[in-house]
Amino acid sequence: MTFGATRAVSDVSFTVEAGEFFSILGPSGCGKTTILRMIAGFLEPTEGKVLIGERDMAGLGPNQRPTAMIFQSLALFPLMPVWENIAFGLEARGAPKAERRAKADELLKLIALEGYGERMPGELSGGQRQRVAIARALAVEPQVLLLDEPLSALDLKLRQHMRAELRSLQKRTGVTFIYITHDQSEALAMSDRVAVMSDGVLQQVGAPRDLYDNPATSFVATFVGETNAIPGKVSAVENGVATLETAHGPLRGRVGDGLSTGKTGKLYVRPEALRPDGNGENALTATIERIDFEGAFALVHGALAGDTPLVASISNTELGSAPAIGSSASFGFKSANAVVLPDG
Amino acid sequence: MADLYKRFGGGLGTLFLVIVASWIAGMVLAPNVMMIDYALRPNLPPSQIGGPDDIYSLDNILYLANESVHRAIFYKTVWASALVAFATFLVCYPLAFWLAQNATPNQTALVLLALTIPFWINEVLRTLAWYILLAFRGPLNAFLLGLGIIDEPVRWYGDGGVLVGMTYAYILFMLFPIYNSIESLDKSQIEAARDLGASTWRIHWRVVIPHAKAGIATGCVFTFMLAAGSYVAPALLGSPGSRWFTEIIYNWFFEGGDWNRGAAYALVLLVLCLAVVLITLRIARVSLAEVAK
Amino acid sequence: MSASDRLMKALFGFYMIAFFLYLFAPLAIMGAATFNVSRFPTVTPWQGTTLQWFDALWADRAMWKSLWTSIAVAFFVVLIALPIGTAAALLLTSLHARARSFLYAVMVSPLLTPGVVIGIATLVLWRQLGVGGGVFLIVVAQASFISCYVMLMIAARLQRFDPAQEEAALGLGASKFMVFRRVLLPFLKPALFAAGFLAVLQSIENYNTTLFVRGFDTPLTVYIATKVRTGLTPAVNALALIMIAVTIVGAVAYEVMRRRGAARQGGVTGAEGATSA
Repeated sequence: MTFGATRAVSDVSFTVEAGEFFSILGPSGCGKTTILRMIAGFLEPTEGKVLIGERDMAGLGPNQRPTAMIFQSLALFPLMPVWENIAFGLEARGAPKAERRAKADELLKLIALEGYGERMPGELSGGQRQRVAIARALAVEPQVLLLDEPLSALDLKLRQHMRAELRSLQKRTGVTFIYITHDQSEALAMSDRVAVMSDGVLQQVGAPRDLYDNPATSFVATFVGETNAIPGKVSAVENGVATLETAHGPLRGRVGDGLSTGKTGKLYVRPEALRPDGNGENALTATIERIDFEGAFALVHGALAGDTPLVASISNTELGSAPAIGSSASFGFKSANAVVLPDG
Repeated sequence: MADLYKRFGGGLGTLFLVIVASWIAGMVLAPNVMMIDYALRPNLPPSQIGGPDDIYSLDNILYLANESVHRAIFYKTVWASALVAFATFLVCYPLAFWLAQNATPNQTALVLLALTIPFWINEVLRTLAWYILLAFRGPLNAFLLGLGIIDEPVRWYGDGGVLVGMTYAYILFMLFPIYNSIESLDKSQIEAARDLGASTWRIHWRVVIPHAKAGIATGCVFTFMLAAGSYVAPALLGSPGSRWFTEIIYNWFFEGGDWNRGAAYALVLLVLCLAVVLITLRIARVSLAEVAK
Repeated sequence: MSASDRLMKALFGFYMIAFFLYLFAPLAIMGAATFNVSRFPTVTPWQGTTLQWFDALWADRAMWKSLWTSIAVAFFVVLIALPIGTAAALLLTSLHARARSFLYAVMVSPLLTPGVVIGIATLVLWRQLGVGGGVFLIVVAQASFISCYVMLMIAARLQRFDPAQEEAALGLGASKFMVFRRVLLPFLKPALFAAGFLAVLQSIENYNTTLFVRGFDTPLTVYIATKVRTGLTPAVNALALIMIAVTIVGAVAYEVMRRRGAARQGGVTGAEGATSA
């Protein structure tokens, strides 16, 4: 599927493979919902095209496209029993009642809600309603399932459970999922690939691991996961390694997109790449301000000269050898674990 | 308009549009336009309609201005309707305040239910009840005579009877808007005022009434309009000396046989009511949307 | 408790008693008079207890005729006002702010027009078209303003509608007509019933408008008012008592229906009320 459009979102082109779990990640107002609604057919792009398979969707209404959407509010029909909700799409296609009922029962089985067909949506729990909404969308056997932050109304525990369930449903049905979210951990955990958006502009498309390790832009570097950013000026670029002159001395990291000698930029290094024992080709000296214990690991907050904050993550087995608060400690990191990206 | 078609498609969209257009144009606007047309034409025998005498003029309206009896009845209707609105306000305000601020939820539910019962019963029956109560040889006189408060029966029918009957008929139109608006007043505001040493009167005058302004305006507007346009209360509870403007209009139509003059009088009544409504709402800064709740 | 507080409390208690006496005494006396032998409806003096006035009412052919007239009028008013009110409410929600507030003002204007004026305006328009007063004009005149009430009730219900439901249905392949029939209309059903009930009541109650357009037909309210002039007997009280009983039963049934509906809807709308980004 190819996609391109302008204005509320501009110059967004990407291709989603068949059978893929694809997420669009970005802060609210970045244009991700606009894109989803264009794919669904509730909005027509002013420029550009939406193709599904090889077919151009221009001029086709939402009821003519091989897509189904799951809304943030779920939009279950409150006055129809669960089975009629699920079979609604078949009813729209004029299927006889027996066939609709059979299909509904089949899908109820798929979502592990057998025997719930006669209940009203209002009588179900939040997670159950979620699953009914998915079954209703799957009943029309769409090529593409569009999900608009469907988990945002659930509490944390249920949300984590539903992530796993969504992922397994997708694998079992083989339907292409396009999933919208502003929650990066959700996108990283579930998706085959993720597109990161900001201000209507596509920042990067890639596998979760790829986005995390090789952010293409400074937005991606800071939005996906925790990171430390240290500003400076590029003094050398050679063999895929850039040297950045910073207030804390020269630091080296992998060369990011669009970087060349003389440009200003930032070096990004993840908290877990910083070693409190000072190992690595680079070193940063910080005054320790506090240590936040998070369970499996702890976050060490420090300040570099000039009050630039620095965060390092250490596993709790290392906590005993952690530097004392108020002391000065050296953090090392490997150049391979840092990336230098140009500003802007 | 485009949204209507986008949402419902051509067939349903057009159907809705046609239905609403026939209502607004055919049942609301056209009758009023025709009434204005009638009001501005002279009353002529059928043979002269469309003839040289059939011209627009303000004669019918000027007739009202120059007819001293009708003019007096018109003024009486205006101030008496205002009096009805004011009396209804006085009757309702304490209860509305108590319901909104002091009553327990159970008390509120019970009282609201008790209030709705007479409201569901129609105006003619409510007025009939007063007609029976206020009769010369009726229960009220018998009761007062029995207590020795009066020595001989009182003729209640007349201006007093009309005022009491109308106030009774429109209580709910006043009570509910005021109740709704006082309910949204934060109780701590009243407590703060009391804490600062304000008297009960001052609390109501300076805190509660300004807050409930929109509700009070709504209630007064409705009560005034209903009173000025009422026919049944003056017809049943009035006396020959207490005629109401609507009775004059009725007579032009069904006894005087001059529809044009009747239409002119009705037009004056309509303009009066709309003016009172719009001016009151403007003064109280209430929008139409708030009134129609 | 200070003396002034006690005084206020006593005053308020007195006011409450007076208020509810004012509210119910006339109705109670009217009802009680039904059972008095006296030819003029009163409770003083009590001339003996009887049920004869129910028989007299039962035998009153004019009353029965006017009752049927009222029922026929109410039936047709509902038939006209429900589609008008619904279409108007739907049109309002599909308009942009400016046009909406203008059209809204036009639509609620009949509520702020005195009832006699609505009757008169309808009467003069239709005379011009060669139609005189009668059941037809009563229906037209009543429907012109009862539609406003319907519109307000439907519009209130529509405010709680999640438009994503329509989009969901469309996305599942439904036609626009099917969306209307299967999603929107069922959602509006409770409001349509309530509005229909209110419309019947408004229609049967109406007097001011009806009086001018009735021609030679006599609906129930006109019949009662005429009786006062031509010879009031407690038979009319018997009628009033029955109407009061029917309205109370209807009002209670309406309240129960409304509350049950609210309770059943509450769970769904509450949980699905999440807004979209």
